[in-house]
Order: sequence, then C-alpha cells, then structure tokens
Amino acid sequence: MTVFDRLEAIFPPDRVITDPVRLRTYECDGLTYHRATPMVVVLPETAEEVAATVRVCAEFGVPFVARGSGTGLSGGALPRSDGVLIVTSRMRRILSVDLDRRQAVVEPGVTNLAITEAVRDRGYYYAPDPSSQQICSIGGNVAENSGGAHCLKYGFTVNHVQALEIVTPDGDVIEISEDDFGYDLLGAFVGSEGTLGIATKITVRLMRAPEAVTTLLAAFEGIEAGGQAVTSIIAAGIVPAAIEMMDALAIEAAEAAVACGYPADAGAVLIVELDGPASEVEAQLAEVIAICVATGSFEQRVAASADERAKIWKGRKSAFAAVGRISPAYIVQDGVVPRTCLGEVLAGIDALQEEFGIRVANVFHAGDGNLHPLVLFDDAAPGEGERAEVVSGRILDLCITHGGSITGEHGVGVDKARYMPRMFTDADLDTMQRVRCAFDPGGRSNPGKVFPTPRLCGEVPRVRKGSPGEIF
Amino acid sequence: MLGHTRVTIRDGGPADAVGGVVPRWVALPESVEEISVVLGACADADLAVTPAGGRTKLCWANPPERLDVLLDLSAMREVLEHVAGDLVVRVQAGIPVARLAETLAGAGQELALDVPFPEATIGGTLAAPSPGPRAFRYGNARDLLIGVTVVLSDGTIARAGGKVVKNVAGYDLGKLFTGSYGTLGVIAEATFRLHPLPADRRWLTFECEGWEDAGELLRSQLEPSAVEIDHPAEGLTTLAALFEGPAARDRAEAAREVLGGGEVRAEAPSWWGRPPGLPLASLRCHVPPHVPEGVSVRGSLATGVYLAAGAADLDAWRSRLPADARLVGLAGEFTGDRWGPIPSLPLMRRVKERFDPERRMSPGRLAGGV
Ligand SMILES: Cc1cc2nc3c(=O)[nH]c(=O)nc-3n(C[C@H](O)[C@H](O)[C@@H](O)COP(=O)(O)OP(=O)(O)OC[C@H]3O[C@@H](n4cnc5c(N)ncnc54)[C@H](O)[C@@H]3O)c2cc1C
Ligand SMILES: Cc1cc2nc3c(=O)[nH]c(=O)nc-3n(C[C@H](O)[C@H](O)[C@H](O)COP(=O)(O)OP(=O)(O)OC[C@H]3O[C@@H](n4cnc5c(N)ncnc54)[C@H](O)[C@@H]3O)c2cc1C
Repeated sequence: MTVFDRLEAIFPPDRVITDPVRLRTYECDGLTYHRATPMVVVLPETAEEVAATVRVCAEFGVPFVARGSGTGLSGGALPRSDGVLIVTSRMRRILSVDLDRRQAVVEPGVTNLAITEAVRDRGYYYAPDPSSQQICSIGGNVAENSGGAHCLKYGFTVNHVQALEIVTPDGDVIEISEDDFGYDLLGAFVGSEGTLGIATKITVRLMRAPEAVTTLLAAFEGIEAGGQAVTSIIAAGIVPAAIEMMDALAIEAAEAAVACGYPADAGAVLIVELDGPASEVEAQLAEVIAICVATGSFEQRVAASADERAKIWKGRKSAFAAVGRISPAYIVQDGVVPRTCLGEVLAGIDALQEEFGIRVANVFHAGDGNLHPLVLFDDAAPGEGERAEVVSGRILDLCITHGGSITGEHGVGVDKARYMPRMFTDADLDTMQRVRCAFDPGGRSNPGKVFPTPRLCGEVPRVRKGSPGEIF
Repeated sequence: MLGHTRVTIRDGGPADAVGGVVPRWVALPESVEEISVVLGACADADLAVTPAGGRTKLCWANPPERLDVLLDLSAMREVLEHVAGDLVVRVQAGIPVARLAETLAGAGQELALDVPFPEATIGGTLAAPSPGPRAFRYGNARDLLIGVTVVLSDGTIARAGGKVVKNVAGYDLGKLFTGSYGTLGVIAEATFRLHPLPADRRWLTFECEGWEDAGELLRSQLEPSAVEIDHPAEGLTTLAALFEGPAARDRAEAAREVLGGGEVRAEAPSWWGRPPGLPLASLRCHVPPHVPEGVSVRGSLATGVYLAAGAADLDAWRSRLPADARLVGLAGEFTGDRWGPIPSLPLMRRVKERFDPERRMSPGRLAGGV
C-alpha cells in the first residue's frame, strides 16, 4: 500500500490529483518566486476526509500542507514535493447564520467576502477585510490572522473567531472555543500559519453594520505631513475605522491602473474612514478635517455617496496590483513600526531608495503602523532583483530597530523564517516550539514554515524525582 | 536563606495559602531575571510554585496538588514604558490594575478592561481572566494584549509579540498564557494596546420581566459598549447598557426610546461588573439561559458570558442548559463536577506537558489535572 493507494480509497478519482500538469496549478501561492510541485493534491469536502488524509500522512510519515485560495504572500501554502497538499476549495458551505447570536459557522474554503455577502442585506457584516477578500478563504485568514484596512478599530481575524473545529496533525477532530475554560488555544491556533493543524469549521462573530460611514480623502504635499496628521488624529483620541496612506508613486500607479482621480499633484493621500452612530461620526469628521488642514492638507474630499466611497477605496485596494503598471516586477513588503516612528522609518526608506537606486512605492495601514512598501525593480536588468531583495530586507531591519515587527499581516511563511532570529531569541523560538510539539510532535503540519531551523520535538521528558534540597 | 539567588524570601504562613494549601516559602522577585533565578532554583530542587498577584482570585479553580513556593509579584509593579502617541503600554505583571489606570488617565487613555478589584494585578487578570461588561466592545484581556514576557518552570525567559498593535510574527504565547492560572509559567511583563478615554459615559437601566428586551438594543445601531443583565435570586431583573463617546447621552436616550422606558444616569448601577456572590460559577450561554431557583446571574447579554452565584449542584443545572453552554465552578464549594465538558482538554494537557513536564507550576489547578 502506498500513500496514493490510501488516498484513492478515501477520495473519488476527481478529487485526488496526481497528474503532473494539474499539480502545477498548485505550485505556489501569491509569492510566486517560491515554487514546488506537490506529490499529490486532495480536494476534501468534509472534515472527516481531511482527518482521514492527515491520518494517512501520519501513518506514512509524510508532511501535509493546507491550502485555501493561495493568495498568501509569504509562501505559507508552498507545497512539499514529498507531501500532500490539502486544498479546501470544495469546503465552501456557510453552515449556519444566527443573527440573534451574531454568529456564523462556515467551512474553511468560504471566501472572506462571502460571509458579509450572506448577511449584508440584513444589516450585518464580518469585520476583518483583507484587500484580497473577494478571493481569500476564511481558513487562510485564520491561519494568517489576517487583517485589513478596518482592523484599526475592529481588530484582526483573531478578535473575530469564536471557535474552530480543527483536525490535529494526528488526525483527531477537536473543537477549540473561546468558551473553553483554560488555555486560550484558539488564540494560539489563529495565526499559526497551518503549522498546528487544519481548521475545518470556523465560527465567526458578525457585527451590526454602523449607522453612518463617512470616508475622507485628504491630499498632502508629502508623506511627512500626512504622517503628522495620523499622529494628531490618534492623539486627539479619535479611533477611525481606517486610516490608509499612499505616497506619490503609489498614487501614480493607482491612477494608471484604475483612474481613481486622486488630486493630481498630491505627494501623499490619506484615506480616513469614520463609522458609528451618526451623531458621533459627524462631530469626528469635522475634527479630522480640521487636523488635516492644520497639518498641511491642501485638499479634502468627503464621499457623499456609497459610489464615491467605493471610488476612493478603489485606488487603495488596487494599489498592489496597480504597481505592475509602473514597474515590471516588485516585492510586496509587510512590516510594522510604532505609529510614532512612522516619519523616521519612511525617511529611512527614502534613504535606502537613494543608496541602492531602487524605487519604493508606499501604501500602508498608517493607523496601526503597518507598512507595505512595494519595492520596484526590473527583472531584466542585471543585478536589480538582488538589489531590490537587499532593500526589502533592510526595510525589515528598520522596522526591527524601531521596535516593530517583520510582519503585520502577511505572515512569516517560508519568506521570512530567516528573519525570525532578528526579532526573537533562541529561547523565544524554543518556547514557541513547545507549542508546536504539543500539537504536532511529528512535525508534519506545514513543516519548514515560520521557524528558521527545523527542530525535533523528542519525547515528553519523564518526571524527574528531585530531592527538595536545602535551597531556601 | 536564599543564599545564592539573592531574591527576597520569607516563610509562608496561613495568609499565603492557595485554596487551603500553605506554601513553605514566599519569594518576592523584583525583576524578570529574579523570577528566572527562583524558578531555576525550584527546578533544581523540584519545588512546586504558584504565582500570586493581588491575591483576589488565588482561591479560584482547584487547589494546587502541591505547593512549596508562592511566587509573589507584588514587588514588580512598575509601568516600564508608556508611549501615549502609540497608545501602547508595557508593564510589570505585578502592577495593580487600578494603579495602571491612574497613570494612563493622566494621558487621557485607558486599558479597556473592567476589573472590579483595585488590588487585582495585570498578571492575575491575564492568568485568570473573566470578561467584564465592556468585553462586548473591546474584547477580553487577550484581545488587548500585544506582547508578553513569560518565565517557564525551568527558568527560561521567553518573549512573544512586541510593542506594535499589529504583528503576526511567531506564535502568540501571550494568548496561550491567558486563562492558564499559573500552570504554564509566570507572566512577568505584558504590553497592551490602549484606548482613548471616552468623552462621556451614560448608563441606561431598565427593569424588565424577561431577558428578551435586550434583543432590540443589540439590533439597533446605537452601539452600546456593554449590555448587562442583573438577575437576582429574588426580585426584579435589571437590564443596563453603557454608551461611551461624545454623544453618549443622546444615544442612551435613543436607547430608552427603543426599550420604551428606563433611566439614564452618569453612574453605573451598583452591581455593574461585580461578582454576584458565592459559590461563584462562570456561565457561558449564547441564548437566554435557564436559571434555577435561588440562583442569581449577572453578565453580558451581548456576549453570553455571565457569573452566577448560589448554585452548588452544577451538574443539575448543566442538564437544563443547551449542550454548547459552559458552566464552571470558580470559587466556593460545589457538589459533582465543577468543570463540565472541555472539548479541547486533550490538547491543553499536551501543552501543559511540554511547558511544565515535571509538573511544578501550580499542578492540578485546572480541569483534568492540568
Ligand atoms: C465581576 C468580575 C469582573 C471581572 N472583569 C474582568 C475583566 O473585565 N477583564 C478581565 O480580564 N478580567 C476580569 N476579571 C477577572 C479578575 O479581575 C482577575 O482574575 C484578577 O482580579 C485577578 O488578579 P489578582 O492579581 O488578584 O490575581 P491572584 O488572585 O493573585 O491570582 C489569580 C490566579 O492567577 C495566577 N497568577 C497571578 N499572577 C500571575 C502571573 N504573573 N503569572 C502567572 N499566573 C499568575 C495565580 O496563580 C492564580 O491562579 C473579573 C472578575 C470578576 C469577579
Ligand atoms: C492582492 C492581495 C492583497 C492582500 N491583502 C491583504 C490584506 O489586506 N490583509 C492581509 O492580512 N492579507 C492580505 N493578503 C494576503 C492573503 O490574502 C491572506 O494571507 C489570506 O488570508 C490568505 O488566504 P488564502 O485562502 O489565500 O490562503 P493560502 O494562501 O491558501 O494559505 C495561507 C496559509 O494558510 C494555511 N491554511 C490555509 N487554509 C487553512 C486551513 N483551513 N487550516 C489551517 N491552515 C490553513 C496555508 O497552509 C498557508 O500557510 C493579500 C494578498 C493579495 C494577493
């Protein structure tokens, strides 16, 4: 019996893929320069099928990798050529919606936006909104603890998931819930990038749609002035739903791609969205506009309709892809700095552009200090790709030296595992490894991701019988 | 007596008991390194340790199976870093929540937790969390925690998270340690995201017959920060909702219209966010629960998280609750099973084994010997 025989006994032929051409569809996620062809792909429709697959992997000592929609930007869903890729695209049912409990239970392959679409007409929504929300799966969101523009006020995936059914790396199906008394295993699982098991059922919190939403576009001469406005808004005690910033290069790209019509001579634009009870939103909008003017904004536009709001957001949401219009190739970076260091770090990125002759477009979640520098290069020009790599790495160093993080929402995956030791000590990483060993002692669940060097778990040490000596 | 560690140590006494178990010594570390030295020394001698903060909940959950050293964090009570512009604060775990609140209020900010006991510490609040009223809006302690320093039973010092509000690098050990009741290690330092203090706060209180009235409020767009119910063993049930923000008063008045009555005040009702009495149980139920005679229940209709007093036979009550409801005995005497079902218990056991294989950290305080 081989792994293939066993999988073919679990799945009908159309849901086990071994054909090399079809396998190649799955060779990478959104980070396309890491590629591997999986040994085999399965398309389960139930948790039981996922569990059976994982048990086969356990039996043969074969690794497995979960994959949702493959939009990840850190190579998290990069397959193993010696392993099974478990794709959730056939697990797309919304199992229940209960508006009295403000809760929905969904399968992992359901797209992020599908949840909101299922309840929007009744005045509810699912808050985390990654820019990829039309495509990315909720299972992938759980694995990455994905954020989005509106996370400033509402938090990330981890703040909106109430329970999970998971298949453990041993193939057991276990429910973990915020209602469980004891360790917050739910909090540990969310953001674990598929290394602790596979989520097969997800209970999410739904929120009542706000009474009023207003979106402001403010144009500045440069990114420093925009940054100052962000600092002042936060300092004034206002928590907008979102504060996003784009610099001149990002604006140029968005204009070329989707003609978003931002003020032509802006060196930076700020998008500020306020939501909540109408009476509060109105007062806050006036205050935010005053702050923007005081910090040098030369033009402010308030969206008067849903259409106008969508138009303002269109430029921002298309920014990653849009950069393709002004550069043959680019690296999407994801780092975080304390909000008060934004100005300094952006100046540091400017200096890197000069030093290396590499352009960087900045699009970011300014409200929570989450930078998405887009490092532009021409892959046909010799050496440019390497220089872009260096600039991209240096940006992370800037984030770390300012007390920030190497990733705010795209995850570590394969891409940043080597940076982990710059942020964490060996003791920190060994301690995280204890969590890994508790869930996955065999190291079969998405191995090679997140952590820089593979570590073995070993047996649980035996209880040592010390003598209560005369220490004290 | 603690020659080589130089950490302040005194003999334990009845006042230091944890659920009736008296420790032989009390250690008072003053830094992360001192915690590590103490735990290292305890590992060498196989001494069992229980951390203590403000000691307001030290008796909650099971007594430890064994206890030699009470690790008292009361000497670690500093704000280490408060960057108001970042809305972030880093503190030592022994800082009382009330003391922290004072510092933060000076900058017009708060840690949005409702801890009713001024002596309660940050470490205790993380290790033994029990959501307060505003958890509906701001989440629980785990949702506000962005970074942590912990010390494990072998003295290992480990950090996770950081001091930025958004960060997905590595596993979130801080979350894992919330709810751990001192069984995984010691929380030594913690970093939180803060919120601006709201411009105004108004409470709407409303005496009601049943629990259904709150539904209208939750379906409205008035965005209460909390919707609480006080259901005493005898007498009328009260519903109360908190509104925060510059227009809090208008919104509370509008909510009054929705409910068709009630009173709007600038102060919280006296029972707001306080435990209803003993024996105390935690109830999680997402539909209005059945409440037995003689039992009082207080908590959030919005999140389905309540505290209940006066029920000793939890098994009997559980049999009248939906299967996914959870009822756990926190403090006091209970007959039968105080824990009820915990589906993820097998995984918790495995985590415990990896973090504390020799079972020195508050062994047996949680369900299933964890
Ligand atoms: C009505 C009510 C409302 C509450 N509201 C909230 C709320 O809004 N949010 C919230 O999160 N909590 C809330 N709590 C929980 C409560 O505030 C905490 O449990 C806290 O008060 C305990 O703090 P303490 O310092 O007194 O801990 P202690 O009583 O000293 O210890 C409690 C437990 O934590 C362990 N422990 C203490 N310090 C540490 C440490 N540094 N490292 C590891 N383990 C440690 C102890 O071993 C013990 O098991 C509420 C409780 C009640 C009754
Ligand atoms: C244009 C674009 C914009 C983006 N914008 C954002 C943004 O604003 N915010 C943001 O946070 N991210 C963003 N992303 C990144 C990406 O969309 C998210 O990380 C998303 O959550 C990935 O979901 P997915 O279904 O595509 O997962 P995949 O890429 O398929 O997988 C991601 C990881 O999740 C694991 N995984 C997948 N399903 C499961 C499961 N059921 N159980 C356990 N592990 C699982 C995989 O093993 C892998 O490690 C963006 C990506 C693109 C391409």
